[in-house]
Amino acid sequence: MEWLIQILNSVQYGLLLFLVASGLTLIFGIMGVINLAHGSFYMIGAYLAFTLSSLTGSLWLAIPLGIVVSAALGLVLEWALISRLYRRDHLYQVLLTFGLILVFEELRSIVVGDDVHSVAIPAALAASLPLTDTLSYPVYRLFISAVCLALAALMYVTIQKTRFGMMIRAAASNPEMATSLGLDIRWIHALVFAAGVALAAFAGMIAAPVSSVFPGMGSQVLIVCFVIVVIGGIGSLKGALIAALLIGFADTFGKVLFPDYASIAVYLLMAVVLLFRPLGLFGRA
Amino acid sequence: MTEPVLVATGLGRRFGGLVAVDDVTLALTPQSVHAVIGPNGAGKSTLINLLSGDLSPSTGTIRLGALDITRWPSHRIAQHGVARSFQHTNVFAAFSTFENCRLAAQSHHRNFNRWFRPAERYADWNAAAEAALAIVGLAGRSGIAAAALSHGERRALEIAMALATHPAVLLLDEPLAGMGPEESKHIVALLERLAGDHAILLVEHDMDAVFALADRLTVMVNGRILASGPPEAIRANADVQRAYLGTEAVSAL
Amino acid sequence: MKRSLLPWLILAAILLLLFPAVAEKFYLQLVTKIMILSIFALSLDLLVGYTGLVSLGHAAYFGIAAYTYALVSPAADPANVWLTLPLALAASAAAALLVGALVLRTSGVYFIMVTLAFAQMAYYFFHDTRIAGGSDGIYVNTRPDALVPGVDLANDLHFYYFVLAALAVVFALLAIILRSPFGRALQGIKANEHRMRALGFATLRYKLAAFVLAGTIAGLAGYLAAAKEGYVNPEMMAWHQSGTVLMMLILGGMGTLLGAVLGAFSYVLLQEWFSALTKHWQLLMGVFIVAAVLLLPQGLIGLHQLRMKPRLPRAEDERD
Repeated sequence: MEWLIQILNSVQYGLLLFLVASGLTLIFGIMGVINLAHGSFYMIGAYLAFTLSSLTGSLWLAIPLGIVVSAALGLVLEWALISRLYRRDHLYQVLLTFGLILVFEELRSIVVGDDVHSVAIPAALAASLPLTDTLSYPVYRLFISAVCLALAALMYVTIQKTRFGMMIRAAASNPEMATSLGLDIRWIHALVFAAGVALAAFAGMIAAPVSSVFPGMGSQVLIVCFVIVVIGGIGSLKGALIAALLIGFADTFGKVLFPDYASIAVYLLMAVVLLFRPLGLFGRA
Repeated sequence: MTEPVLVATGLGRRFGGLVAVDDVTLALTPQSVHAVIGPNGAGKSTLINLLSGDLSPSTGTIRLGALDITRWPSHRIAQHGVARSFQHTNVFAAFSTFENCRLAAQSHHRNFNRWFRPAERYADWNAAAEAALAIVGLAGRSGIAAAALSHGERRALEIAMALATHPAVLLLDEPLAGMGPEESKHIVALLERLAGDHAILLVEHDMDAVFALADRLTVMVNGRILASGPPEAIRANADVQRAYLGTEAVSAL
Repeated sequence: MKRSLLPWLILAAILLLLFPAVAEKFYLQLVTKIMILSIFALSLDLLVGYTGLVSLGHAAYFGIAAYTYALVSPAADPANVWLTLPLALAASAAAALLVGALVLRTSGVYFIMVTLAFAQMAYYFFHDTRIAGGSDGIYVNTRPDALVPGVDLANDLHFYYFVLAALAVVFALLAIILRSPFGRALQGIKANEHRMRALGFATLRYKLAAFVLAGTIAGLAGYLAAAKEGYVNPEMMAWHQSGTVLMMLILGGMGTLLGAVLGAFSYVLLQEWFSALTKHWQLLMGVFIVAAVLLLPQGLIGLHQLRMKPRLPRAEDERD
């Protein structure tokens, strides 16, 4: 039964990572921009959850507010800075977004400080589901998994089955053609970027009650997301989902089985995948 | 009849559901020009990419002399005397014209472990580069950056780079692309000279050039060979006329 | 070596040689640190500026050499430079060979991400395990011994010239290598790898050699850094370190060796200035980096190139 708990944890962690990684892989797949600051949005989400729920007294209120704030931040960033990177070398994208990380981290330090904070699980979800006589599993974690799955399904439906999704796919595969057909590429890019930011921030918000809110959380999640995108293949949501779940399992079971070396397990997994598939499991050249 | 130097047998390549090249068999013999013509999308560029090793075949084999080069990567094929030029000019734009050829000449010598003497001091490589530039008529432009050359000059540089490697086989992908009549005449004269020493595969749209140069013609449509033979036979072939040359070209013949 | 930069190079060399005569202890140590970072930046310049391989994990080789030095140094006595330095370099080279063989199959963004990931692996290895002191790091109580009579590396002045000599050797070595056929091939690979393969170059081999060479030189910088401070910790291979050295290159201008050195000097001096202004200096640095990327695509060397009379890029320089 303990294994069931670890399995549930793996799935929950993997799904959460997928939410963050999906933004990263979409932004790269559609706009060709590698964004190092993506982890910072996760951190910003968590800190937003903390400050907004302290202000309003409720996580339920904080989350929609936080989504609006982060989407707005995404739009502003894309307009002011990211849009200038589309035609530039990856090197410059890396550097500019690296600079952004420094800015976000210091701003957070100035505004909220460097302390670790916790966010309370909303009362409605604070119960635990009994599994056996002695073991139970937190309902909130199941809630996280459910929400992430729902969002994943929503993403799939949007991209594959709606007109907007079709426009996104057109813009990704042939921007010039899409423009000449009358699509406003600029708006598509802005919306995709804002959506990516909002997804990462939202993940940070719902994760806050279980992972607590601490300064290094952005960097930590970013690197894992990079591994996910490499394993899954750039631009592939399906790949990101599968890779995220793989990582979720590798990390969770790694911590249980060999705690000192757990963090390395994830990179070893990446190394093995690279040996056989340099473009990731579902990547295209 | 001289031994063919490059032979493709039953060559095919598919991309998912799309068959770009299907069951193509052809041979290149030394000191001759084998031209491949066909409408856009016929698979001609894919064919060159298969022969040069830029793409690996889905079916079929390629032999270079006695060697089976079907699965070889492009750099290995190039090392064995097969040089190519590209349809979209693919030179080192920021380097000088001379450096483009010098680097090409360098490629066929041991240079991986040469870390100390300056590259300019290798007289053999300089000579090969100068010779290649002279053959294509770019000797006076060697100090200019490749990006500053005219379109026609850059197409000539493409060929010079191939020549600097002293190849036995030349795979030329639309060398006359985008050229005006004067420049085209110059390149055609160049190719005539080169035909004396090399086995050339020429993919081209310019019919005047093709009929002037080719010893053998292969017509491709939809990835397959429609007809293959001496130019006069192809010219007279009714299928070819219908599928490709069109009524204006027929009356012009 | 671009002829136009030669006077600046000579000036820089003279300034560095004479600097200790006018500098007090703090500045002597600062410039020593900058020279060590210059070596680090030069190693990355080889990889990014000349071969076109954007690595975001270069700090791993810096840190591995540093840790090797700390781990093989005797507890109480000075370590033997002529034993420990080759060992440290070998460790970095071996790591670079192993990682390079794996990651050079990828390119573009994948390459950037996997180099970062492998550096993180090294970081977590040293941070999470107790093999080398974990997050606390290890202290080395004395500077290494050069075994040359009259030279005492514990003396800051002697150490300064030791580092300057190392910098000069690395600079000269890279200048020579980059003019050689091997170096030209690397630059060809950066310009157009596809074309290089079509010409017959086995490009993977060249990229791996460049990767290992760059890792080894980064190891030299790491060794010197560890020897200078007498302390190593996992932050030496954190990705902030990798990002910082990349920033130095962009600041100084890649594609010239002098630019790497200039970038290291500019970055550290900027950092010192910003730190003096506020404890939140990283904010200023972040804004500066964003501005630099947007406004200075060629780095500070680019300003110099703007001043020179306009001529075609690289054409005449190729015959230098």
